[in-house]
Amino acid sequence: MLTAIIAITLLALVLGLVLGYASIKFKVEGDPIADQIDKLLPQTQCGQCSFPGCRPYAEAIAAGEADINRCPPGGEATIEALADLLEVEAKPLDDECGVEKPKTLAVIDEDRCIGCTLCIQACPVDAILGSAKHMHTVIADECTGCELCLPPCPVDCIDMVETEVNPNTWRWPDPARIDIKVGDKNGAE
Amino acid sequence: MAQNKLGTFPGGLKLAGHKHRSTQEAIQKAPLSKQLILPLQQHIGAASTPIVAVGDKVLKGQKIARADGHVSVYLHAPSSGTVSAIDDQPIPHPSGLSALCITIDTDGEDRWIERAPISDITTLSEHEIRQLIREAGIVGLGGAGFPSYIKLNPGVHHHVETLILNGVECEPYITCDDMLMRERAQGILDGLEIMQYALRVKNTVIAIEDNKPEAIAAMELALASRANIKNTNVVAVPTRYPAGSEKQLIQVVTGKQVPSKGLPLDLGIVCHNIGTTYAIGRAINNGEPLISRIVTVTGKNVKKPGNFETLLGTPMHELLAFCDTDRKADDPFILGGPMMGYNLSGDHLPVTKTANCILVGVDDGAPASTPMPCIRCGDCAEACPASLLPQQLYWHARAKDLEKTQEYNLFDCIECGCCSYVCPSKIPLVHYFRFAKTETMTQQLETQKSDIARVRHENRLSRHELEKQEKEERQRQRKLALAATKAAKEKEAAQSPESGKED
Repeated sequence: MLTAIIAITLLALVLGLVLGYASIKFKVEGDPIADQIDKLLPQTQCGQCSFPGCRPYAEAIAAGEADINRCPPGGEATIEALADLLEVEAKPLDDECGVEKPKTLAVIDEDRCIGCTLCIQACPVDAILGSAKHMHTVIADECTGCELCLPPCPVDCIDMVETEVNPNTWRWPDPARIDIKVGDKNGAE
Repeated sequence: MAQNKLGTFPGGLKLAGHKHRSTQEAIQKAPLSKQLILPLQQHIGAASTPIVAVGDKVLKGQKIARADGHVSVYLHAPSSGTVSAIDDQPIPHPSGLSALCITIDTDGEDRWIERAPISDITTLSEHEIRQLIREAGIVGLGGAGFPSYIKLNPGVHHHVETLILNGVECEPYITCDDMLMRERAQGILDGLEIMQYALRVKNTVIAIEDNKPEAIAAMELALASRANIKNTNVVAVPTRYPAGSEKQLIQVVTGKQVPSKGLPLDLGIVCHNIGTTYAIGRAINNGEPLISRIVTVTGKNVKKPGNFETLLGTPMHELLAFCDTDRKADDPFILGGPMMGYNLSGDHLPVTKTANCILVGVDDGAPASTPMPCIRCGDCAEACPASLLPQQLYWHARAKDLEKTQEYNLFDCIECGCCSYVCPSKIPLVHYFRFAKTETMTQQLETQKSDIARVRHENRLSRHELEKQEKEERQRQRKLALAATKAAKEKEAAQSPESGKED
C-alpha cells in the first residue's frame, strides 16, 4: 500500500516536471490557429467581414467570435478551405457581408483625378501612387481590388475593371463539366 | 553506327506513323505572304518588348523586339517591309485568345539587313556564343520553345558529359526533323560543332528513331565526312511513342532516369532538338537569325502534303492554300501531332517558332464519343511512360483535390496522351491533368500575391503606428519644452523683485 502511494507520487512528480519543462521549452509564440486562418484569407484587407482587415478577422475566427462565411472576396473556395482547416461544416456566404464577384482592379481616370490624396490614405496595401495636387495612379500588380478607394474619392474617378484573361493566365476548362453524362454513378452532379 | 546497349522507359505505345505521306517531296519554300503576324511571345518565359513603332521600315532579319529578362529572346522581321500594327491578334494557343503581335506588311523585295557571319568560333568565348544565340532569337524548335541559350549554359556547378541531339520525332504525322536530317545533315553538324564548343561536352549522341533509315544514313554519311567532330555517334532508338520526350529519350540513350523536379543537367546531360541545332548553325555561321522554320503540313484532307520552309508569321491559311487543302469545319485541325497537339481556333493564325506540324484531318480518327465511367482497368498506369498513376490523378483532379494530385506527382506528367489513348472508357485524362496543372499554378500565384499584400498591409500598419508614436513623442517634447520655459519665466519673475531690491 505504502509502496504504491510512493510509486504513484514519484511518477506524478517526474511526469509533472517533464510536462513543466516541455511547456517552457516548446512554448509556441503567437496564435498558430490565427496564423493558419490568416494564410487562407485572400488578404484584400477590404473589411467586408466587418473586421478592420484579414488578420483581425482571422483572430476573431480563431477565438470563435466570428463565423467562417464572412469573406466575399475569398468566396466559396475560402469557406471550404476554412471549413477543412477547422473541421466544421462549410456554409454559404453570409450575404450581409456582400456577394462573391470576379476579381477586379481599381483604375483611376487620370483626366478627372484632382490629386486629393484621399484614395492613397484609404488604400490598405499602399497600391496608389501620387502626391497632393498631382495625378494619382494605381500600381496594378499590387491592387487587391478591395474597393476601399471608391467611397473617399470626391470626383468619382476610380473604376473597378475586371482583370482580363490572357494566354498566360488562362486555365484549362474543367473537363468534368463537359464529361460523363450517361449512367454515371461516380460523377453525376 | 555504334550500337551500345540501350536502355528503355516504362509504358509507351506502338503507334501507326502516318509519316509516309509528307516525306515524298523535298522541303519546299513557302510563298512570301503579304502580311506577317509575329506574336511577341513565341517562347517559354517573358514576352519580348517591341523596339519598332508602327510605320517603321524594317529589313529582313532586323530585330523588332528585344528580350525582356533572363528567360526571353529577341524577335526579328522575317522579311523586309513596313510595320503596320502592334496590337492584340489571335495567336495559336489552346485558349484561342489574343496576345500582342507585331504585324509587318511585306514589300516583296525580301531585302536582308547586313549580316555578320562568324568564320571561326574559337575567336569567341562561350558566353559570347550564347549571347549571339539569344540575339538570334533561337528557342527549342521541338515544340516547347525554351530559350536555347540557357540550355547551352551548364553553369559553374555542372559538367556536361553527354549532349543528345533529339532527332527522334516520335509523334505520328510529323516529319520536319526527318526531312531536315535527310537534306541538311551538314548544316545540323555545323550547329552541333557550336554546341559542343559552348558546352565543352565529352560525348555526343545523335538519337534517331529506327523508322527513319534515310535520316540515319544521311547523318552517318555527313558525320563520316567531318573528321573534326569527335566522340559523336548516331544511335538508332527503337520506335516507340514517346521516345522523343526529353526524359524518356535520356532513359533510352543513357539508361539514367532524370529525378522528379530535377533537370537533365543534374545528370550531366543536355538535350537539344535537331531543328534547333540547325538554326544555331545558321545563326552563327551565316549570321541569320531565326526567321523561318520547317513546318509539316499533312493530314487526310491535304492534297499536296509535305514540309515547307515557312517564314514566321505566315498566316496558316496561306500555307494550307499552297498545299491545296480542303479543310472542312468539323475536321480535326491540329497544331502539333495527334497525341500532344491542340485544336486550332481558326486558320488565320500565324506560324510561330514552335509550330512543327499543321494537321488537317486524321486517317483513323475515332468519332467523338461521350466518356464513360472509369472501370479501374489500370491500362493507363501501364501505358504511362513517366510511371505515374493516371487513375489516381484522375480521381483527385476530378474532385479538385489539388494537394492530392501533387502528392501523386502531377507535375511529372509530360502530357504525352498515352493514358487517354488506351482508356477503354475514352476519358480525356490528359485534359484533366492539364486542368489540374493550370488550377494549381493559378492557386500558387494567388497565394504569392496575397502574401505580398499581407506584407504590404503589415508594413503600412507598422508605419502608421510609428508615425503615431513620433507624433506623441513630439507633443510630449513640446509640452516639456513649454513647461521648462514656463518654469524658467516663473523663476525669473520670482527672482526679479529681489534683484530689483538689490539694485
